[in-house]
Amino acid sequence: MQIETLIWLIPLPPILAFFTIVLGTNRNNRLSHIIAIGSMVVSWGLAMVVFFNAVTTEGLGHHPFHSSIAWIPTGDTALRIGVLIDPLGALALFFVAWTCLAIFLYSVGYNNYGKPRDPEDRAGLPPRAGGIEPMYARFFAFISLFAFGMLTLVISDNLLLLFVGWEIMGLCSYLLIGFWYGKPSARDAMIKAFMTTRVGDVFMLLGLVYLYSATGTLSYREILYNEHVLGMLTNTPSVIPALSTAGLIGLLLFIGTVGKSAQWPLHVWLPDAMEGPTPVSAMIHAATMVSAGVYLILRFFPLITAGWHEGGPLTPTMLVISFIGAFTALFAATIALAQNDIKRVLAYSTISQLGFMVAAVGIGAYVAAAFHLITHAFFKALLFLGSGSVIHGVEHGVQHTNEHIDAQDMFNMGGLRKKMPVTFVTFLIGGFALSGFPLITAGFWSKDEILADAFAHGHLAVFITLALAAFLTAFYTMRQITLTFLGEPRTKAAEHAHESVWTMTLPLIVLSFFAIAAGWVGIPEGFPAIGGIIPNWFHDFISGTLLEHPQAVAFNPVPLIVSIGVALGGLLLGWLVYRRVPAGGEDPVKKLLGPIYSVLRNKYYFDELYSAVIVRPAYWFAETFVYRWIDRGVIDGFLHWVGRTSLRIGDFLRNSIDLPIVNGGADFIGEGVKKSGKTARVIQTGRVQEYLIIGMVFVGIVLSYILVLRP
Amino acid sequence: MEAPILSIVVFTPIVFGVVLFFFPAERHREIRIFALTGASIALALSLWAYFTYDLALGGYQLVEHYPWVPRLGISYHVGVDGMNVPLVLLTGIVMFTGVLVSWGIDDRPREFFGFLFILATGVFGVFVSLDLFQLFFFYEIAVFPMYLLIAIWGWKVTREYAAMKLTLYLFIGSVVALIGGLAMYFASGTHSFSLFALEQAGFSVDFQRFWFPFVFFGFAVLGGIFPVHNWSPDGHVAAPTAVSMFHAGVLMKVGAFAALRVGIMLLPEGAKFWAPLILGLATVNVVYGAFIASVQSDFKYVIGFSSVSHMGLVILGFATLNLTGITGAGIQMFSHGVMTALMFAVVGLVYDRAHTREIPKLGGFIKVMPLAGIAFIIAGLVSMGMPGFSGFVAEFPIFMGLWQSQPIVAIIAAISIVITAGYIMRVIGRVFFGEMPEEFKGHITPINNFDKIALVILSGILILVGVYPSIIAPLVESGAQAVMALVGGA
Repeated sequence: MQIETLIWLIPLPPILAFFTIVLGTNRNNRLSHIIAIGSMVVSWGLAMVVFFNAVTTEGLGHHPFHSSIAWIPTGDTALRIGVLIDPLGALALFFVAWTCLAIFLYSVGYNNYGKPRDPEDRAGLPPRAGGIEPMYARFFAFISLFAFGMLTLVISDNLLLLFVGWEIMGLCSYLLIGFWYGKPSARDAMIKAFMTTRVGDVFMLLGLVYLYSATGTLSYREILYNEHVLGMLTNTPSVIPALSTAGLIGLLLFIGTVGKSAQWPLHVWLPDAMEGPTPVSAMIHAATMVSAGVYLILRFFPLITAGWHEGGPLTPTMLVISFIGAFTALFAATIALAQNDIKRVLAYSTISQLGFMVAAVGIGAYVAAAFHLITHAFFKALLFLGSGSVIHGVEHGVQHTNEHIDAQDMFNMGGLRKKMPVTFVTFLIGGFALSGFPLITAGFWSKDEILADAFAHGHLAVFITLALAAFLTAFYTMRQITLTFLGEPRTKAAEHAHESVWTMTLPLIVLSFFAIAAGWVGIPEGFPAIGGIIPNWFHDFISGTLLEHPQAVAFNPVPLIVSIGVALGGLLLGWLVYRRVPAGGEDPVKKLLGPIYSVLRNKYYFDELYSAVIVRPAYWFAETFVYRWIDRGVIDGFLHWVGRTSLRIGDFLRNSIDLPIVNGGADFIGEGVKKSGKTARVIQTGRVQEYLIIGMVFVGIVLSYILVLRP
Repeated sequence: MEAPILSIVVFTPIVFGVVLFFFPAERHREIRIFALTGASIALALSLWAYFTYDLALGGYQLVEHYPWVPRLGISYHVGVDGMNVPLVLLTGIVMFTGVLVSWGIDDRPREFFGFLFILATGVFGVFVSLDLFQLFFFYEIAVFPMYLLIAIWGWKVTREYAAMKLTLYLFIGSVVALIGGLAMYFASGTHSFSLFALEQAGFSVDFQRFWFPFVFFGFAVLGGIFPVHNWSPDGHVAAPTAVSMFHAGVLMKVGAFAALRVGIMLLPEGAKFWAPLILGLATVNVVYGAFIASVQSDFKYVIGFSSVSHMGLVILGFATLNLTGITGAGIQMFSHGVMTALMFAVVGLVYDRAHTREIPKLGGFIKVMPLAGIAFIIAGLVSMGMPGFSGFVAEFPIFMGLWQSQPIVAIIAAISIVITAGYIMRVIGRVFFGEMPEEFKGHITPINNFDKIALVILSGILILVGVYPSIIAPLVESGAQAVMALVGGA
């Protein structure tokens, strides 16, 4: 079979699974999860075949796997959709397929498959006493749809199909964040997530429209692998002065990324999205949705960086992107310091790590950004699934001991390493990868590459900000590991926690393999001692995606020392500060930071700020201004005023002219009118006259318009 | 000679409607079956017209032309092209599903279906008219029964007010348009009401600029253009379900279509002159309707104002005066017609059971009427322009066309996408999810099979068009090309 045909087939099994489960098997849990996981295995298999074909094809960048068909005819040209696997697509496909498969399998155990249904549990609420999830089959249907969205996005050869996948994921995130819709917090979170990302989507749609208007195509290859088109976009000024067309389109698309990848100032939805079940958090925060945002700017890298030469000054668009990325990286890392919920810490770390990638794109470090996207997908999926396993274990303890504690609060944990050894070791690997533990972990290689690039090209502000963020990352990660797994249990529940079932731990083990090994494919050639032992395959491979191959950064000891220093320093400090937190003890950092702590704890009050500055004024504007004042006040008011005035005129005509003057000889006719009036009353209301007079007045106005203005 | 398909489509409803009046009033069952038969014939033939339209041939097809009042140059002249044939089909679909969801009407069903069918004939007639006088004639037929349908079967609280408001707005609109139409007739010198003759009449630029607003805005009142949109939400809300479906689904398209067919196509120079104003007003429509919809607590008012917003997109598409925008507007007319019919059908189902439309008092309906909930979600996704549903196929070309003519308008109008998502999500969340109030528990009956068929047909179409746009897009595009041929330029 043609490889192109295989690519078309990749997203199909999950969508078929979705419909099969929704329409047919939703009452049969066993069949439903077999269908969902089975179809994901098929997709995964196809993806692997395509991936290995891709990596063994010479010059894939020049001759990618590609095929397309016409979809919406618009104007003179038809909008074509198709599939494309080039180096970037192949790598994205690889990590999406693996992480999705791991999450699917994990969901079986997470949703307590095999346990009896607790009669107390109701659909829309999390199972209380470890019974099977009441909407088990529906869960698998939704995550299948989610996987479909992401796979579609990755194999697309054009921005339109990418947008389709993008929006499907937006919808799925809405459905899944609000999966436990019985919880008011989940209902709020689902709307918040959808609305916030939607703001980004609208700008992205405008970028898409602009791009299509400017080039007449949305195909990646025709725009991004085409010097002529890129040159044209770079050299045409846009509607905004000082920005080229390429720059403005790039910026509009980037706002889509800001929404989807939860960058400041549209980051607020992501932490709240933790209301969903944990596999969903992993799906959204690692495998699919947030990665899609970064994937988009990587895809459009040639457009975003149009007019920029490697080593040259950044374009305005790139400056904006690098600023937002670096700022977000640091900003989110500081918030993560003060969160006690195990999943929220990870949520902010996701925002922060995405900031690293965005900043990397902003300074033109294409390879480093792509590298970090992939390693992050693996270790963050691992961490989320690990945290789900921890929560599960602690919840078990809670049921066992009947303690009333929050099973997600890290201060209620401690000492779990003995109870949950597999979760501990894998979480440790994930946490070290996130912190950038030197040499071994994947996170080190990718993060180091971003820092090295920023340093080598003289973007010192970005370099320092990211280094600081990396330090905080290592610190809060160790805080998390120490509070959760090390020391002694701080609650009875933590003492009675136990290891999760194999369907949950197996995915952890698989993902921890990648959390380490995924870094080895991209070790810089010039690295001391070990550089060049394994060739820097990653750089060579992914460079093919671009028309102009990026240069590998020359080795420099400064960023390396910084990168090792912040990782080890942060980890060590985190361990020292948190290793002796007693049961019921206060967060040591709280004392240290004082009032700043509560600012961090409350996420810099962004939720409150948005509510006061945007949401409430918008509702006031809609309700009071537009609806009450304009629509019901001015427009209807005018109408009613005309009505009343006409009535008064009518009254005057009747009582002052009609009755005394005209009425005399017309009594006979009057009787006739009265009679027909009675007959007609069935369909008439008292206000007919009123309005008919409005009609007359209106016709009068129209006639005078004609008479006075007629040319 | 070929069978006069279009005439049969046009006159089937009125013939069935009139015959209905001879049924004994208490034979509800027979009345309903007879009504459904009539609607089925109309639907089948409009499907026939849609699918036999030969795109390769182009132009007007299934044409019938008979003299009517030759002395005045009036003829009976019907035909379909790419722009109006989807609207004929839309009318067939809404009529058929409207009868299905009205199955339970017990208050004088004979008169109800009778008037509804007269209305349908008017609507069919406007869409296929190729003669200006005939178009006005059917237009008035379409507007008049609306008054009775709302005033008699409507929501008791506002029906008289709303019926009167609606009727007067529309009659005033049509009077203004008629003045414009007559001006064209007399100025053309051809002594003919034929649209083809008027297209070729060669009106002077000044004439066109002067008379365009009469015709365009006169009809656009029925299309719900700001600031004369106010009859529409009140009318939608007061009307019984099937009438709301007809009203928002089809009747507003009659206004928009007539504004295009008579206003833009006969007076293209006027259209170019007035386009900036129309763009401005329609942009207000889009954003303003969405804002108001987001603060309504009455379920039906939300949908009512969302129609104001979405019809604004249709008019925006027209006002771009480019092929892409007009194509998008044509698809939007069809897509919005089906979508809003579906939404009103679901609102009706909820209201019939809960006897309230106050959103805060509702909740949890997905559990008792899952199909209605899913159908509403599909309609909601269409309305927020989600790819994979018909709304995207329509809105994408509209925004594209707008960007080509006025990027700033595209940007402002795009705000509505976010607000639309907001109010749709709010309604879905509150009405279908959440906790069902105690008073409803056990009292909400599931929906019947007639309703189910209607919901499945309507949501199926929305998905079909979304996934396979080629089923409609090339057709509408050919119609838009005919418009562009008259307007000229790109």
